[in-house]
Amino acid sequence: MATHHAIRLGRLATAPSVLVLFMWMIVPLAMTVWFSLLRYNLLDAENAYFAGLDNYIYFVTDPAFSDAIKNTLLLVGTVLAVSVIFGIALALLLDQAILGRSIVRLLIITPFFVMPTVSALVWKNMMMHPVSGVIAYLFKILGLAPIDWFADAPRSAIAIMVSWQWLPFATLIFLTSVQSLDEEQKEAAEMDGASPFAYFFYIVLPHLARPITVVILIETIFLLNVFAEIYVTGSGGMAGNMPYLVYFQGLLNFDVGGASAGGIIAVILANIVAVFLMRMIGKTLES
Amino acid sequence: MGTIRLQSVTKRFDAVEVIPGVDLSIREGEFIVFVGPSGCGKSTILRLIAGLEDVSSGEIFIDEKPVAQEPASQRGLAMVFQSYALYPHMSVRGNIAFGLKMAGQPKELIEAKVAKAAETLNLTDYLDRKPRQLSGGQRQRVAIGRAIVREPKAFLFDEPLSNLDAALRVQMRLEIMQLHKTLKATMVYVTHDQVEAMTMADRIVVLNKGRIEQVGTPMELYDRPNSLFVAGFIGSPKMNLVSGPAAEQYGAATIGIRPEHIAIGEGAKAVTARIRIAEHLGSDTFIHLDTDELGALTVRAQGHVEAAPGTSLSVILDPARIHRFDAHGKVIVHA
Amino acid sequence: MARAIPLQRRLFMTILAWAAGLLIFFPVLWTVLTSFKTELEAFSTPPKLFFFDWTLENYSIVQERSNYLRFASNSIILSVGSTLIALAFGIPAAWAMAFQPGKRTKDLLMWMLSTKMMPPVGALIPLYLGFRDMGLLDTRGGLIAVLFLINLPIVVWMLYTYFKEIPVDILEAARMDGASLWKELVFVLAPMAVPGIASTMLLNVILAWNEAFWTLNLSTSEAAPLTVFIASYSSPEGLFWAKLSAASTMAIAPILVLGWFAQRQLVRGLTFGAVK
Repeated sequence: MATHHAIRLGRLATAPSVLVLFMWMIVPLAMTVWFSLLRYNLLDAENAYFAGLDNYIYFVTDPAFSDAIKNTLLLVGTVLAVSVIFGIALALLLDQAILGRSIVRLLIITPFFVMPTVSALVWKNMMMHPVSGVIAYLFKILGLAPIDWFADAPRSAIAIMVSWQWLPFATLIFLTSVQSLDEEQKEAAEMDGASPFAYFFYIVLPHLARPITVVILIETIFLLNVFAEIYVTGSGGMAGNMPYLVYFQGLLNFDVGGASAGGIIAVILANIVAVFLMRMIGKTLES
Repeated sequence: MGTIRLQSVTKRFDAVEVIPGVDLSIREGEFIVFVGPSGCGKSTILRLIAGLEDVSSGEIFIDEKPVAQEPASQRGLAMVFQSYALYPHMSVRGNIAFGLKMAGQPKELIEAKVAKAAETLNLTDYLDRKPRQLSGGQRQRVAIGRAIVREPKAFLFDEPLSNLDAALRVQMRLEIMQLHKTLKATMVYVTHDQVEAMTMADRIVVLNKGRIEQVGTPMELYDRPNSLFVAGFIGSPKMNLVSGPAAEQYGAATIGIRPEHIAIGEGAKAVTARIRIAEHLGSDTFIHLDTDELGALTVRAQGHVEAAPGTSLSVILDPARIHRFDAHGKVIVHA
Repeated sequence: MARAIPLQRRLFMTILAWAAGLLIFFPVLWTVLTSFKTELEAFSTPPKLFFFDWTLENYSIVQERSNYLRFASNSIILSVGSTLIALAFGIPAAWAMAFQPGKRTKDLLMWMLSTKMMPPVGALIPLYLGFRDMGLLDTRGGLIAVLFLINLPIVVWMLYTYFKEIPVDILEAARMDGASLWKELVFVLAPMAVPGIASTMLLNVILAWNEAFWTLNLSTSEAAPLTVFIASYSSPEGLFWAKLSAASTMAIAPILVLGWFAQRQLVRGLTFGAVK
């Protein structure tokens, strides 16, 4: 709905963004694909040669690979479960007539704004330290033996930490959605004699279906790419995920070919998720 | 000055042809109303005249100057939008003055013109308010004020009253008519409401599926609709339309007769009917009838008429007022 | 509508909500408190919550030893710089897509978002090598370019959803009022778009400030922002908790304040208008 002149101008206005994003998407990816087919080590860069699918075979058969995949999926799954279940619970709690709601909201959203490297160090040293950490202290009070989290249970430690970072995001989204629930619907359900449980399962949960999908898909994108938390806490050896493995293979082992193959596998993994996300957001664009 | 002429104007959106071809001359100082059901293309034609859309082919003349390639801002027209489209961040004063400021007029002149327009429209007390602090009627007046200060070649109205409640709509209708009388400016007015069209227009353009069905004064359209579409669209309650054997007696595929041209009474050609329901308006009574020969009929009787549902009534159709239409919906002119 | 809620229930819910809020907030609170302790008290068992000798020495030591201000200024330059460039590219694009939509606009938006789905590890190796060969490693310019590119899709999307809410009628009214395109943009669109642009900017500064994958991999000292500054505390100096806390507090405080302001825009922005 516009004039020719405006449409031309519109193309002109969109072109720069499209151009740079296209370059950003295609050039590094193409190079990664190319590198992944080479036997290419930075320590021996002169002798790079074409190796076909060797890197993929090497990478996939490396035991570190299956561990990395397992760790990646475990982390994503755990954090998503925590985000959705506790996020809904917190959102419902905050939706009650509580005093100082906006302050509690601020307290809860805070972890989302803490940079990953800070939360990694704070959790590793001050919360989960086996001797002087706050959690160790609480365990002692309860008469339990303190856990050396990052030595004995690094996966759980990372999962707790990352959940702490992402639960706020989920809570805020669910709260926004719960608050948009029609007041008259609540009253109608009450008139129909719905118990609180029935109200939750038949009214609230269906209403939250869309925000739940949004939370799951958006968090998945970010959780597949968790890196700093693992890198900074030095738990890559046991809890390393795909991004960490690629970093390790490429920038620590200088194996460009192998790392690139890992990168491509990570891209494929993410794309499977992305397809779902795009479909859903596409639908909201129409409505 | 203020003539507008459309010459074989067409408009297509991608593959869809919304305006297959329109020719129309609007005279200076005329109040012309485009009327038709939603999706008939009336707003699109208005936007083509305004320059908010490009014509696909054809030419538009304003004061006999071709303008189809000129941008909206250069055409010297003013438009009042259905949503009022006031600038939310400007005061009423700023809204009315904006066009003059764009034209680079001197400050004192702008002040004077804004003051005068505000007085005409009873907005003087509201000049420093923001649009969100105004009622619907006041917003509408600001939108009109914004248009009149620019002294445009013609005013374009795009369903300006449809967001107002019924009482305010009648009042604003009168105000716009009054304005037309005072300014003597060309006005093009789009509406889907045939009552607005009938009461306001010098001439009405009835549109259907992007084509002009008929152009004429309100009374011409009312008395001599040249198609079934116009006959059904103009007038309230609607014209009674009867097809089948009863129409064939008159040598037509369909015949039409307005409710006020059916009289209650006995006679040789009287038709017996059962009363289904009666609407008492005080000034008139609309009686909805079922007949064996003609099917359902609506009759308009003056004043208050007793008409109990379920009872019988006999009515006479005024033969001189029967409109005849052929199978294509075109009027059959009296031989 | 409004009905009296039993006081007990209200009190119970309030206590429960505050307990949950404080529990989640605790690591941050603890960090801030520890930053005011001496190293000895930071380690003390049982931990001291409020009753200790408050001191500011950690902050001065951190600044002295690791030059906090240089990292902080890098953080500001990188996050604000990349956001401003993204706005310069994104505003015209979002404007065109919102007000001059064509047949392919929707596909274009989807495609832009899809670039965001690309995991960074897929581009890490070539980018690292390219940066090395072009001398861009550990430069502000290089990092700004990367942060700009990873946030551009979000900037365009957020702006698009905000622009979409501005009625086209108003822009058309300006055109009918004789405004040229330039004047229409400056006098009519810009004032209405400012709030949307501001929230977009705010959210993207936060995202860029906290970005830790590219900053950790592509910078070490010269151009390094606070994410890297904190990471440098990881092993040897990790034993100095009070100083680590002071450094952490200084790294997150500025963005925390911005974040609290932006929290209402957060939901809308990060869900691309899917949840409002």
